[in-house]
Amino acid sequence: MEHGTQNSDPVVSNRTMEIVVAGLFALVALVVMADSIRVGNGWGSDGPKAGYFPFYVGLIMLVSSLATLTVNLWRHSGERTAFVEKHQLALVLKVLVPSAVFVILTAFLGIYLSAVLFIAFFMHWVGKYPLKTILPVAILVPAGLFVMFEIWFLVPLPKGPVETMFGF
Amino acid sequence: MPEREGNLEALGSLIHGFGVLADPMNIAYMFIGITLGVLIGVLPGLGGANGVAILLPLTFSMSPTSAIIMLSCIYWGALFGGAITSVLFNIPGEPWSVATTFDGHPMAQKGHAGEALTAAFTSSFFGAFVAVLLITFLAPVIAGFALRFGPAEFFAVQLLTFCSFVGMGSESPFKVLCAMMLGFALAAVGLDSVTGELRMTFGSVEMLRGFDFLIAVIGLFGIGEILLTMEEGLAFKGKSAKINAKVVWETWKSLPRYWVTAIRGSIVGCWMGITPGGATPASFMSYGLAKRFSKNRQNFGNGEVEGVVAPETAAHAAGTSALLPMLTLGIPGSPTAAVLLGGLLIWGLQPGPLLFVEQKEFVWGLIASMYLGNIAGLIVVLTTVPVFASILRIPFSIIAPVIVVICAVGAYTVHNAFLDIVMMLVFGVVGYVFKKLSYPLAPLVLALVLGDMAESSFRQAMLVSQGDLAIFWSNPLVGSIVTLALVMLFWPVLSALLRKRQSRQDGGTQVIPVK
Repeated sequence: MEHGTQNSDPVVSNRTMEIVVAGLFALVALVVMADSIRVGNGWGSDGPKAGYFPFYVGLIMLVSSLATLTVNLWRHSGERTAFVEKHQLALVLKVLVPSAVFVILTAFLGIYLSAVLFIAFFMHWVGKYPLKTILPVAILVPAGLFVMFEIWFLVPLPKGPVETMFGF
Repeated sequence: MPEREGNLEALGSLIHGFGVLADPMNIAYMFIGITLGVLIGVLPGLGGANGVAILLPLTFSMSPTSAIIMLSCIYWGALFGGAITSVLFNIPGEPWSVATTFDGHPMAQKGHAGEALTAAFTSSFFGAFVAVLLITFLAPVIAGFALRFGPAEFFAVQLLTFCSFVGMGSESPFKVLCAMMLGFALAAVGLDSVTGELRMTFGSVEMLRGFDFLIAVIGLFGIGEILLTMEEGLAFKGKSAKINAKVVWETWKSLPRYWVTAIRGSIVGCWMGITPGGATPASFMSYGLAKRFSKNRQNFGNGEVEGVVAPETAAHAAGTSALLPMLTLGIPGSPTAAVLLGGLLIWGLQPGPLLFVEQKEFVWGLIASMYLGNIAGLIVVLTTVPVFASILRIPFSIIAPVIVVICAVGAYTVHNAFLDIVMMLVFGVVGYVFKKLSYPLAPLVLALVLGDMAESSFRQAMLVSQGDLAIFWSNPLVGSIVTLALVMLFWPVLSALLRKRQSRQDGGTQVIPVK
């Protein structure tokens, strides 16, 4: 059953994603319930125990996710619709992967330098901008954030070796 | 006449509230808030809820009154900003601006963008104004009434809030429940405040802190939205707006003709805002009603001013009146109201009936700021539309990384924790997947915010009754709220049964789609 649009193939169908997500919900529900039983889901000497409320939260989540799971296992119509197509996934990853790298870099370089690199890279890679457009944006945005957070509102953000070099 | 006395007292408190605003710094925060809010409303991927969440840490150094004034003005600004993108770019910045695109964008295409925007802003202002009047006179009454609430009554009201999502949502009820329970489960992570026991931390010190809803909001609504926007490969093709004093004046002269639509929209909006129906259904409902009763019915969808007035009054009335249950009962009517509530909790203010007794100055300062904030908003948007419209013309490949950086900054500043930025990214992916599979995000966020409160009122109620659920029917008040909640919860089943019976009576053989 190939019903993808002409310019791109579906990577995964809606039905598969529905089943995967409902299954993950069921898994989370089981973890919540198991942990609630561990801390006690009944009635203690001084009232409801710590797991009393979360246990039912987990139970409702389990029942609802199983319902969604059953509906989707039973119904085959979702197979035809794509959850995400190849070119869409490529676009999403184009944001997601650099963002993840930016987050990891933040741990080592601080947020300002990572932001400069991230914005510059993204503008170069996705937007194909010339250096004279990239540099002002990539430098001025983090600089603006620095002034706003560190100086005006006195909220410290993660800093790295470069900021330390300048005495911050 | 106790009622008249109550009204007079409200007026007196309100005048006192305006006194709080006399501080020039508060007026300055108001304008800063509105401008930031419009910016948030205009930028793709930033909405009211996560905009307020990101900017919340900025207000930690202010007094609670100044902080909430600035934050609520960001909220008004975001509401106004949505109309700009809807009219000029046919892109609804927020779900409740969808109905505004129906007639607003055709007007812009015909070269009447100025009129459409003026009509949109003015009706937003009108809707918000009606809702603020309602809050002024109704909030003290509800708060006074709620002072007599016990834990069972509070849990009943919270239950009603959550069950309404199931009954009134357009998504599958099972998905609403799943998303909502995930919110409750995440709220339970960390130290249990009653027994002191650790729940679902699995030995991790980082998990001790639990999941902060601000991180969830920034990830779900911010990063998730960026991923969705990117997927659509968005290219903005906007109409230019010419707003000058003459256009504004001419439009204002024509607006009184639509007074019935405006008042109807405000009533629909106020009702849907107080009950957690929310601004989105309110705007659609108001648009539908306006279309049904209009003389120019056939012109709707082709650029009819009335089709802009109707959804905008309703959306703003709903957005504003969502703060009424938040202030009086501690139950926010929208995700953005939930973020504001989270802000109050951070400053050690417990929203609920006692707020009106213990924090009078704060509450009335906030209500007074709603009046002035909306006037300030109207001035700001009418004068700065071209500037904001030009921001929208900045290509997405520049906006996207900047917004990701801003979201990361927002996530980090909540607890000064690096792990929160990672969590934000995870929530972003979750938000993307949930949106595509139509798992609703609002109940998740609300459950995450209200989880602790709901749990503690439930446990207290159970403690009082020694575990007997009959306490939820122990008096007519709590009984009727809980019954109403259950009707809401089972509404999808009930309505399906009713439809089935109806079609059987009609003798029809059509298949009823099972949702």
